[in-house]
Amino acid sequence: MQTQAFQKIYTKIDQITKATCMLHATGVGNEELAMIGERLAQVVKIIDDNVTLQVFGGTEGIPTNAEVTFLGKAPTLRVSEALAGRFFNAYGDPIDGGPRVEGREVEIGGPSVNPVRRDKPSNMIFTGIAGIDLNNSLVSGQKIPFFADSDQPYNMVMAMVALRAKADKIILGGMGLTNDDYLFYKNIFDNAGVLDHIISFVNTTDDPPVERLLIPDMALTAAEYFAVEKNETVLVLLTDMTLFADALAIVSNRMDQIPSKDSMPGSLYSDLAKIYEKAVQLPTGGSITIIAVTTLSGGDITHAIPDNTGYITEGQLYLRRDSDIAKVIIDPFRSLSRLKQNVIGKDTRRDHGKVMNAAIMLYAEAANARTKLENGFDLTDFDERALAFATRYANDLLAIDVNIGAEEMLDRTWGLFAEFFEQAEVGIKQDLVDEFWPAG
Amino acid sequence: MTKGSVSGIIANLVIVTVDGPVAQNEICYIILGEVRLMAEVIKVMGEKAYVQVFESTRNLKVGTGVEFTGNLLEVTLGPGILSKNFDGLQNDLDKMEGVFLNRGEYTNPLENDKKWEFKPLASIGDLVEAGSWLGEVKENWMAHKIMVPFKLGAKYTVKSVAAAGSYTILDMIATLADSQGKTHEVRMAQKWPVKVPIRAYKEKPRPFRMLETGIRCIDSLNPIVEGGTGFTPGPFGTGKTVLQHALSKYAEADLIVLAACGERANEVVEIFKEFPELIDPRTGRTLMERTTIIANTSNMPVAAREASVYTAMTIAEYYRSMGLKVLMLADSTSRWAQALREMSNRMEELPGQDAYPMDLPAIISNFYSRAGYVFLPNGKTGSITFIGTVSPAGGNLKEPVTESTKKVARCFYALSQSRADSKRYPAVDPIESYSKYLEYDEVIEYLRENVSEQWSDQLQYARNLLVRGKEAYEQINILGDDGVPIEYHIRFWKSEVFDFVILQQDAFDEVDAQTPIKRQKYMMDLVLDIVKDEYEFEQFEEVNSYFRGIINILKQMNYAEFQSEEFEKFHGQLTEELKKYHPVAAAV
Repeated sequence: MQTQAFQKIYTKIDQITKATCMLHATGVGNEELAMIGERLAQVVKIIDDNVTLQVFGGTEGIPTNAEVTFLGKAPTLRVSEALAGRFFNAYGDPIDGGPRVEGREVEIGGPSVNPVRRDKPSNMIFTGIAGIDLNNSLVSGQKIPFFADSDQPYNMVMAMVALRAKADKIILGGMGLTNDDYLFYKNIFDNAGVLDHIISFVNTTDDPPVERLLIPDMALTAAEYFAVEKNETVLVLLTDMTLFADALAIVSNRMDQIPSKDSMPGSLYSDLAKIYEKAVQLPTGGSITIIAVTTLSGGDITHAIPDNTGYITEGQLYLRRDSDIAKVIIDPFRSLSRLKQNVIGKDTRRDHGKVMNAAIMLYAEAANARTKLENGFDLTDFDERALAFATRYANDLLAIDVNIGAEEMLDRTWGLFAEFFEQAEVGIKQDLVDEFWPAG
Repeated sequence: MTKGSVSGIIANLVIVTVDGPVAQNEICYIILGEVRLMAEVIKVMGEKAYVQVFESTRNLKVGTGVEFTGNLLEVTLGPGILSKNFDGLQNDLDKMEGVFLNRGEYTNPLENDKKWEFKPLASIGDLVEAGSWLGEVKENWMAHKIMVPFKLGAKYTVKSVAAAGSYTILDMIATLADSQGKTHEVRMAQKWPVKVPIRAYKEKPRPFRMLETGIRCIDSLNPIVEGGTGFTPGPFGTGKTVLQHALSKYAEADLIVLAACGERANEVVEIFKEFPELIDPRTGRTLMERTTIIANTSNMPVAAREASVYTAMTIAEYYRSMGLKVLMLADSTSRWAQALREMSNRMEELPGQDAYPMDLPAIISNFYSRAGYVFLPNGKTGSITFIGTVSPAGGNLKEPVTESTKKVARCFYALSQSRADSKRYPAVDPIESYSKYLEYDEVIEYLRENVSEQWSDQLQYARNLLVRGKEAYEQINILGDDGVPIEYHIRFWKSEVFDFVILQQDAFDEVDAQTPIKRQKYMMDLVLDIVKDEYEFEQFEEVNSYFRGIINILKQMNYAEFQSEEFEKFHGQLTEELKKYHPVAAAV
């Protein structure tokens, strides 16, 4: 970003905190960008001629006489087809050694889609993972995070979903990604031969945390270009949104805002919603689907970050290590895809909904039986069968290494029903039982 | 009019230095180049007015001009509101251009040139007052009353009324003379400030008529009444929105006002797309014809979120004054409270609990009290039943929004995580939830006369059954299956029968999704007969599998058309099954 000749240069900073600077300046617009020396900053508050800047790269080493120039615009991204296959940092500058991208300059974090111009998301995204397709079907235009503890293989599962989703473009927004994970994504996309339709905006743990605040808007501005203007199906991967929220808290704290729950800013809900609500299905066929990762601390979902996220997103996926089968499964109890009703029985076979519910209820019976077992009580015959069913159900369907078609998932489940239960115990509508209950 | 200029910007809070008088909650426009950004005064300190801007403030600079309007935030009331999709400020979303909501774009909520067939109701010389019916036009299926504007007060005499014929909302349809002989012109459309309740009614008695919702865990356990208030708190994923949608589809109201307040856009889209297709079985018309949506989704400007619930309530009050039965739903009132918190925080007010403003409980209770059943001056009645959802942070019901709401709302439908986890939908916790209306003598009387002689007794019995079932379940869990008498197992399973057959309902099954009260009565009698019976079992395993069988048959009945051949077939099976362990019912 070049400084132009007519721009006024300020050289007196009044206040410096870890993330913000304050100086006297006039004619400055809200959310405008500024350069403090070599560092990019953004206007976050103006009172008369006191301007507060949020410094993305952190304020270490900024002197009070640093040169400050205002750029007269909010953060922007140049959009064109040339974005495809490229890797960028949080400012939209290439980090892959390639040339700058030419294209139309668009302000990031732009306006919302008019709700009446949206279409109802109703195309299922098939992933082959039964824990997702059977119990928590994903729909194009949906926004859904993985709620995962840091030790769980969420990046792997997310990459797998992304590759099988058959999207026209996959946009990776990496926030506080370790360098290893960044390379993991790069390699897996490379190996799959899909690099030409991947776009990455990455802030690694090596980069300053406040820069992360730009990542989701950058990624989604690129996504809107392809979805709205090119009518493409776009899948956006955001990892890790917890680190994004932490960066928000840093800035609001430096601005002396009163924190609400868990030291998070009171506007956390709106801040997160502005990002996730960019997910959209357009009537022209273009769509933006967002799959995110929200890491949890010790599985606590009542913390403000997962809690607010859960109220915004259309469900959430939980990973859990199942010690009975020594595999990671998609937890059927806590996981939820809110849009699954839009596709279940429409993009899939008509018995899908009832089979899904019946299997989960029986899995819940098994959980009750396990509690009884752990408390040293005798199990009934039904309990024993429910437990046996649960192990097979976890292994044959819920495990993340399952990769089968949607009909096969249903047939397998019916097979398990017939193996372990009587028809009445399963409690499915009779006409479906008559049609699908395996013979003999 | 007062003018001003911007002197400070903190996100959507803007400080304006003014050159004249300003009123609290006055609307002003910030003139940012070509666009005008609407804002509302929320605090005045000397010559500084603090305004919350209903739009993004990006690129706004100190020194930008501001024009004050002298008005509060108002909505336009008149024929044409029904079936519309508004934003929180009553802009008609369908009239907005392009895919994106452009900042500063405001559209006319109604149609100025559309003609309506007007039929006069008042005659020259009639004494009228604010809210009196002067005439009516046909809006979709209903008679939309044209009323004396609410802003007029005392008594007026009708000087002229337009003859039957077609008129636009801007045409004059009546003239009134006040006591000084001054003439007032009346048109079909009028304006009203959203934060002021419309009080064009004579009396607001305690509500007493049951509002049939078609949802069993409400009607058959904790019924709500016309003009009543209720709320549904629940952690995310427990089905608040599915329940609200079911209410908006099946509740027996004349019209539905839906405020989508700070929630997901896709949920509103579902209504936009589905309601014009779905047929209301009671009227044979599409659901959209009785529905108005006020959408301020979570990505739309935060300040307009607060406005959206008031806009919706004002529209509901307008239709109530026409003698209609209005159901208003707001999803979610927590988002509105959060919008208040964001502003309070930016104004650096001393925070209350969880950083919410100190007056949150008062704001919530004032809002809920705008609902109610009323007698209009002409002897007719109207009602607004209001059900809000609350999204408690961390699912903890001890947070300020839930607690403040609990103080005013009379029905409490608590959604429970554990019920949702085991897919017992709707996940309304039958034991935690309550309806205060069951304590009203008028309601008990009404239920006796209009539902059935025993209805309120049956509801009490059911509640007790569920509590005893839960106690038995806890004992079984502590002492083990064979550590308790078989009677405990029977008690637990009886409550499970009620739970599975009456309380659980499949919102996605064509038949089961809605249960008319007649069918609810039938199933209630059937289920209570079963659970009141004596059973004899040798071993607890038998109890378990026997009742599972019974539940399965009853569920099949729920899925079948009421009293169809299929329904009777399962009923027959049930009768056979019941003979097994107790000869008494076999005789019935």
